[in-house]
Amino acid sequence: MSAIVERTSPPVAAPMPRKAARRQSHFTPARLGLYALLVSAAVFFLLPLYVMLITSLKPMEEIRLGRLFALPMNATFEPWVQAWSTACTGLECRGIQVGFWNSVWIVVPSTIASIFFGALNGYALSFWRVRWAGWLFGVLMFGAFVPYQVMIYPLVRTLATVNLFGTLGGIVFIHTIFGMPVMTLLFRNYYAGVPIELFKAARIDGGGFWRIFFQLMLPMSLPIIAVAVIMQMTNIWNDFLLGLVFAGRDNLPMTVQLNNVINTTTGERLYNVNMAATMLTSMLPLAVYLISGRWFLRGITAGAVKG
Amino acid sequence: MSNVTIENLDIQFSGVHVISQLNLDVHSGEFLVLLGPSGCGKSTLLHSIAGLIDVHDGRVDIGGTDVTWADPKDRGIGMVFQSYALYPTMTVEKNLSFGPRIAGVAKAEIRRRVERAAAMLQLTELLQRKPAQLSGGQRQRVAIGRALVREAGVFLFDEPLSNLDAKLRGELRRELKQLHKQLGATMIYVTHDQVEAMTLASRIAVMKDGKIQQIDTPASVYGRPVNMFVAGFLGAPSMNFIEGQLELADGGMHFISPTLRVDVSAYPFISPPENKLPTVLGVRPEHITLSPHGTQLAGSAVVSLVEPMGANQVVWLDAQGVSLAVDADALFTPTLDRKIGFSIAPAHVSLFGLQSQQRL
Repeated sequence: MSAIVERTSPPVAAPMPRKAARRQSHFTPARLGLYALLVSAAVFFLLPLYVMLITSLKPMEEIRLGRLFALPMNATFEPWVQAWSTACTGLECRGIQVGFWNSVWIVVPSTIASIFFGALNGYALSFWRVRWAGWLFGVLMFGAFVPYQVMIYPLVRTLATVNLFGTLGGIVFIHTIFGMPVMTLLFRNYYAGVPIELFKAARIDGGGFWRIFFQLMLPMSLPIIAVAVIMQMTNIWNDFLLGLVFAGRDNLPMTVQLNNVINTTTGERLYNVNMAATMLTSMLPLAVYLISGRWFLRGITAGAVKG
Repeated sequence: MSNVTIENLDIQFSGVHVISQLNLDVHSGEFLVLLGPSGCGKSTLLHSIAGLIDVHDGRVDIGGTDVTWADPKDRGIGMVFQSYALYPTMTVEKNLSFGPRIAGVAKAEIRRRVERAAAMLQLTELLQRKPAQLSGGQRQRVAIGRALVREAGVFLFDEPLSNLDAKLRGELRRELKQLHKQLGATMIYVTHDQVEAMTLASRIAVMKDGKIQQIDTPASVYGRPVNMFVAGFLGAPSMNFIEGQLELADGGMHFISPTLRVDVSAYPFISPPENKLPTVLGVRPEHITLSPHGTQLAGSAVVSLVEPMGANQVVWLDAQGVSLAVDADALFTPTLDRKIGFSIAPAHVSLFGLQSQQRL
C-alpha cells in the first residue's frame, strides 16, 4: 500500500502555478472532443447492459411488444427470483443458485491453490539457484501459449485413471494447473523487483526455503496477491469449457447452468429470466472489477514494469 | 572474535575467473578493509566468506573451523548490506530478533540482545517502527544492529555507507569505528571509498582484477604503495607521476626528467637499480612545495588552475605537458599562467619501474 501512496503523491504536491494553469483548460476544444469520445464510448459499451437490465425487469407481455429500449411500465423482480430459484436447467428446476454455490466451491480452492503454487514457483525461480531454472520457466511459459482445447482429451484420460475425473478435486486441480504459467510469471516478475540482498540477509539470519517464503516473501507480496486473486477469481468464475468437461454433473459451475437455462428448448423463451440469470452470473466478476479495478491495474503494471 | 583464513580461493562465474588463487589472513579483532574499484572482486570475496556465493576451489576458515561448504547461518557471521536489506513487513524489533528467533535462542536472551544493540545504536525509541518509517541513517543502524544481535565472531560490511549522504556517512563512519573499539570483533569491510578505508582500517587490502595488490596498514599503503595502481588509487587528488630515468652521478643516485631533478640517494631501493633505468617518480600533492623565490628547486612549471578547498587549495601545475597537483596553503596566492618554482621532499617520493609498474 505504501508504494501506491508514494507513487500518487507527487502530482498532489505539484507547485501552485501549474494547478492554476490547469483549471483554465477545462473547456478547450480539445477537452470537449475528448469528453465527446469518452461519453460515446461509454454509451456504446453500456447500451447492452442497459437493455439487459430493463429486459430483466419487464414482464413477458411487455417484451412481446418488441420495444427494446423502452423502460418497463410495470417493473417486476419476478424474473430475478425465478432465475435464481426456479428456472429449469435441464430436468431440474431449482434455478441457477445451484450453479452459484458450485462455482463458489470451485473458485475458492482453485484461486488459493493456484496463487500459492504460483507464488512458490516465482519465489523459487527468482531467489534459489535451481538447476535448469531458465529452461523450466521457458517450458512453463510455453504452456501458457498452447490452446487448452488441445490438452483436454489427454487430461480427461489422465484424471480418469487417477479417479479424479468428474469430481470437485479434479476441476480444482485442472484450474490450478492452467493458472500456473500466468501466476508464476506474475510472482516471478514481482520478486525480480525485490532486492536480492534482502534474501541474502535472511539466509545469513538462518532462514531456510520455507521460512523465507512464509515469513518474509509472502507478507511482502500482498499487493501482487490482490492482483492474482482478482485475476484468478474472474478467470475461473468465467470458465465454461473446463467446468463443463471436468467438473462432473454434481459440480457444474454457474456458467454451465446459465447455458442450460438459456438453451432450454421447450415452451416459450423467457427473455426476462434469461437476462436476469445472465446478470446474476456475471455479478461476481463485475463486482470484483468495480471494487478493485484500480488496484488491479496498478498491480499489473507494478509487477510488469518493475520486473 | 574469530580470525578468518582464506587459502587458494578460486571463484568462477560461468567459466570466467573472478578470483583465482587468493590467499588472505584476517587476524582476530582486526578491522580489515577491502578497497578497490568496482568490478575488482572485493564484494565477491566478501560474499564468498559469508557463504552466499559458492567457491569453485580453495578453503575458507572462520575461527579455526573449515566453513568452505557451510550454510551462511553456521559460519558465525553477521552481515550488513549496502541497500540495508531490512525486512519491510517487520518492525525494527522483529528485524533485530529474526535471526536469534530462527536459531531458537531463549526469549529472555533475545530481549537482552535486542535491548543491548538498540542502546548501542540509539534505536530504543524506534523499536516498534517499520523500516519505511525510518530515515536512511536509522535504517542502516538497524541493519548494523541486526548483525550485532547475532553476536557473531566476524562482521561483514558490504559498502554499508554508500547509500547515505556525505554528512551521515561521516557520522556513521565514526560510530562504526567506536563500535569496533567497543566490541573488539573482527570486521571485514568492503568499500571503494578511500576515506572510509583510511579512517576505519587496521589494515587495508587494495584489490584489482580479483587479486590483492597490497595488504598493509593505512599509513604503509598510502606512504609506500607497492605499485602504481595502489599509488594512484589512494589519495585525492591522486599521486603525481613523472616519467624519467635514474642516473648515477657524483656518487649519488638522481632521478632525471626533462622537467625536474631529484636526489634519490637516500631512497630505500628494494634491490639496487641499474643505471639509466626508465623510471616513474610518484609524489603526493602534499609533498611538493611551491617556492616563488626559494632555492634548491627541483624544477619549475606554469600555474594552470587553482581549486580552493577552504582549509587548503590544490594548485595545478603544467610542467611542459606533465600535469602536477600541489597541495598548498590557503593563504598562498599563486598567479595564474605564471612560472613558479617547486621542490620535492625526497624522503616521501616513490619510484616505480616504467615497464613493471612495481615499486623499486
